[in-house]
Amino acid sequence: MTRRSLLAVLGLLLAKPLSVLAAWNEQAFGAKTAADALKGIGASAPAPSKDIVIDAPQIAENGAVVPVEISSNVPGTTAIAVVIEKNPFPLAGRFEFKEGALPFVKLNVKMGETSDVRVVAFAGGKQFTATREIKVTIGGCGG
Amino acid sequence: MAGPMKMRATLAGGGTAGANTEVRVLMTHPMTTAQSGQPLHFIQNVTVKQNGKTVIEAEISQAVSRNPVFSFRLKGGAKGDKIEVSWVDNKGESNAIETAVA
Repeated sequence: MTRRSLLAVLGLLLAKPLSVLAAWNEQAFGAKTAADALKGIGASAPAPSKDIVIDAPQIAENGAVVPVEISSNVPGTTAIAVVIEKNPFPLAGRFEFKEGALPFVKLNVKMGETSDVRVVAFAGGKQFTATREIKVTIGGCGG
Repeated sequence: MAGPMKMRATLAGGGTAGANTEVRVLMTHPMTTAQSGQPLHFIQNVTVKQNGKTVIEAEISQAVSRNPVFSFRLKGGAKGDKIEVSWVDNKGESNAIETAVA
């Protein structure tokens, strides 16, 4: 074993505990505009798609709990991101679907005010998007 | 504080061929935002495993509602499959739950 390869092995051993810590995209989640959030997840200019289905109420009386159901019929979808355009931090989540999972998620989100909810689907190195406006009567970011 | 989790995993379609596994999981967590005046405390990572294999990896923000509830769908599956869901928050707290597909 050369010294270099030994160092590489040691490096891997040292890096191992770090890899146990789950990754969290601080840059994208810290973005304060939808455009920056999209840039942060590598989807600066996603193509509009009718194959993304967003099921959510038209009017959410309580912005603290807004149910959103998302599925992507874009073939080969490997990830879905949810961006609530007018929230103080627009990126709400990014879900990676590996072999064995369907590109579907249902979750409850907080909305500060009436906003477009943008969903981005990642498939085959490309990004697709659809939006849905949800009207909010009482904002829910104080929770 | 972070509390118990609940989970249900069932075969949609009553166990017929081509059925998918539906996973519904509830996490007890305050999910406090920076706007609330309380310390920022929220789940950042959620992992779903099917029989020990990671099938979904999620990164989420404080915009997910308090006591998060998620539904996921897995391709196929069988009764007795082990489903595990775990989370880690911004303070390094974590929790996990495992159940068998009913």
